[in-house]
Amino acid sequence: MIVGALGLVYGFLTTPSNVEELKEMMASEEHHGDSETHAMNSEEDHHEAISEHEVVNEEHGAAAVSHEANAHESASHDDAHYEHVLHQYQTKPWSATFVNAFFFFMIALGALVFYAIQYAASAGWSPVLFRVIEGITAYLLPGSIIVFLIVVFAGTHFYPWQNEELVAHDPILQAKSGYLNFPFFLIRGIIYIIGWNLYRHFSRKNSLAQETALDLAPYKRNFKLAVFFLMFFIVTESTMAWDWFMSMTPHWYSTLFAWYIFATMFVSAITVIALVTIMLKKLNLVPFINDSHLHDLAKFMFAFSVFWTYLWFSQFMLIWYANIPEEVTYFIIRIQEYNLLFFGMLVLNFVFPILILINSDYKRIPWFVIMAGVLLLAGHYIDVFLLVMPSTVGPYWFFGITEIGGLLFFLGLFILVVGAGLGKVALRPKGNPFIVESENYHY
Amino acid sequence: MSGKVIHALYTDDDLLMQAVKQTRKANYHINDVFTPFPVHGLDKALGLAPTRLAICAFLYGITGLTVATLMMNFIMIEDWPQDIGGKPSFSYIQNMPAFVPIMFELTVFFAAHLMVITFYMRSKIWPFKVAENPDVRTTDDHFLVEIDAANHDVDSLTKFLYDTGASEIKLIE
Repeated sequence: MIVGALGLVYGFLTTPSNVEELKEMMASEEHHGDSETHAMNSEEDHHEAISEHEVVNEEHGAAAVSHEANAHESASHDDAHYEHVLHQYQTKPWSATFVNAFFFFMIALGALVFYAIQYAASAGWSPVLFRVIEGITAYLLPGSIIVFLIVVFAGTHFYPWQNEELVAHDPILQAKSGYLNFPFFLIRGIIYIIGWNLYRHFSRKNSLAQETALDLAPYKRNFKLAVFFLMFFIVTESTMAWDWFMSMTPHWYSTLFAWYIFATMFVSAITVIALVTIMLKKLNLVPFINDSHLHDLAKFMFAFSVFWTYLWFSQFMLIWYANIPEEVTYFIIRIQEYNLLFFGMLVLNFVFPILILINSDYKRIPWFVIMAGVLLLAGHYIDVFLLVMPSTVGPYWFFGITEIGGLLFFLGLFILVVGAGLGKVALRPKGNPFIVESENYHY
Repeated sequence: MSGKVIHALYTDDDLLMQAVKQTRKANYHINDVFTPFPVHGLDKALGLAPTRLAICAFLYGITGLTVATLMMNFIMIEDWPQDIGGKPSFSYIQNMPAFVPIMFELTVFFAAHLMVITFYMRSKIWPFKVAENPDVRTTDDHFLVEIDAANHDVDSLTKFLYDTGASEIKLIE
C-alpha cells in the first residue's frame, strides 16, 4: 500500500505541467518523438495527423473545436494540438487512480448486491457465506467515498461536458446539459453512495442482531431491506454508469452500457467472494463451508462470465453491424489503440473461464477456482481500464509506475479493510433461519 | 442368466434406499430397480458409474461450432464473396461478428439434439417400444428391486429381503 501510494504520488508529480515540458518529454520518448516529427514535417502531414486525432478522440471535443477554429493558422494549430496532448497526459494519473479505485469499489458493491439477492431469494445454500460477504462489503464505505471524491474533483480531466467553453460551442452537449450539469451530477453521486452505504450499514446491523434475537424480526427486516435495495440499486447503477463512465464520452451513448458495467461488477465480486472463501478455508477458519458451496460460487463465476460476454458482444456487435459514425468511434479507438488489451480481455473473461470452469469436478478443486478467478479478475481489471483510459487519455496510455502504484495502493487498502471487516465477528452466522440447511448443503 | 430372479416391492423411497444399501452390503446382486420417480442418491447407493452424457454434449457442441464455421466460411467468404451492405467479406475473421449468432445457435443445436438422441440410444427407448415394466404399480406408488437369485438359497434370500422391509416378495422363474 505504501509502495502504491509512492507510485501514485510519482505519477502526479511527473505529469507535464505546461506545453514546453510536454515537448521535451515527447522528444525523449522514441515512439512519441516519431509522431512529433511527423506532425512537424509539412502542413499536409500535419493535417492528416490532426484529423486522425479527431476521429479517435471525438469525445475530446475541446481540442477538436479549437482545431477547427484555427484550421488555417498553422502556428496556433500546433499549440492547440499540444494543448490537447498535454491535457491527456495530465489526465493520466487521474485515470490510473480512478481505474483502480473503481475496480476495488465495484467488487465491494457487487458483493453487496450478491448479498442482497441471497436475502431476497431466501437462498438456502449461501447463509454460511454471509459473514465473508459482509467482510468484503466493509470496503464499500471507504471505497465509495474515494471514488466519489475522484469523480467530483476530476472535472474536465474526465468529463468534457464540465468545460463551459466547450459546451458553449457544442449543441449536442447543450441539449444534454439538463442532465449533465455539475450540481445535479453532484447530487446524484451523493444519493448513490448514501443509499448503498445505508443498506450495507443496516443489513449488517440486522444480520448481527439476528445472532442474539429471540425471533426472526431482524431477518425479516433484512429481507425487506434487500428487496428495496435491489430496486434502488438497479436504478442508481444505471445512472451511475451513465454519470461516471458514459459521460466521459458525452457524444456517445449505448443503451445496455449500464447492465454491461453491472455484469463486470457482479462477476468480479463473486470471484472475490470465492477467492476469499477459499483462503479462509485454507486457514481453517470456516470449517462449515464445504466444496459444494465452492462449486456453487464457481457456477456463478462461470455463468456470469458468459453473461458478461453476452452483454459485451451485444453492445459490440450492434454497433459494429450498423457502423453509425457517431456510435462507432467508441470502438474504433479501442481497437486501434488498445488492440491487444481489447481482445485479450475477451480471452481472459470468456474463453478461459468457459474452458476451465465447465467441468463439474474442476469447480470443486480450490486451485482450479483460484486460477480461473485470477484470470477473471485480471480480465475485468482490463475491462475497467478500457472503460476509462481510451475515453480520457486516448492513445497516450501506458501501464507504468502510476498505474501499478494505483493498483498496489488500492489492493493494499482493500485487503486491509476487508481483513479488518472479516476479523470483527465470528464467521459462522448464528440465528439465520437457513443456516442449518446451508451447513448441510450438498450438491 | 438362468432367469431366476426375485422381485421385492417396497412402498417407501427411504425404505428402498435402506434396502438397496443392505442388499449390496450382503453381496446380493441387484439386476435392476424400478421407481415411479427419481430417488435422490439411488444411483450412488447402487454404485452406478456416473454418466458421460455431458462429455458427449461438449464434443457435439464443438462439432456444431465447426460445422457453422466451415459452412459460413465457404458460403460467405470463399465461394461467392459479395459486397452485401459494405460488410467486409475478405476474410472470415473480418466479418465474424455477423456470424457469431449462427455459430452460437448451431453449437447449442448440435449439443442439445445429438445429446438427446444419444440418450435415447443408450437407454434404448423409441416410439412403439414395448414397455419393460415388471409390475404396473411401479409407475404409480411402488418401488421394485430385482435381485439375481440364481446362485443363492431362495429361502434365506427371501428372509433377508423380508427383514429389509419389503412389502411383497415374488420369485420369478
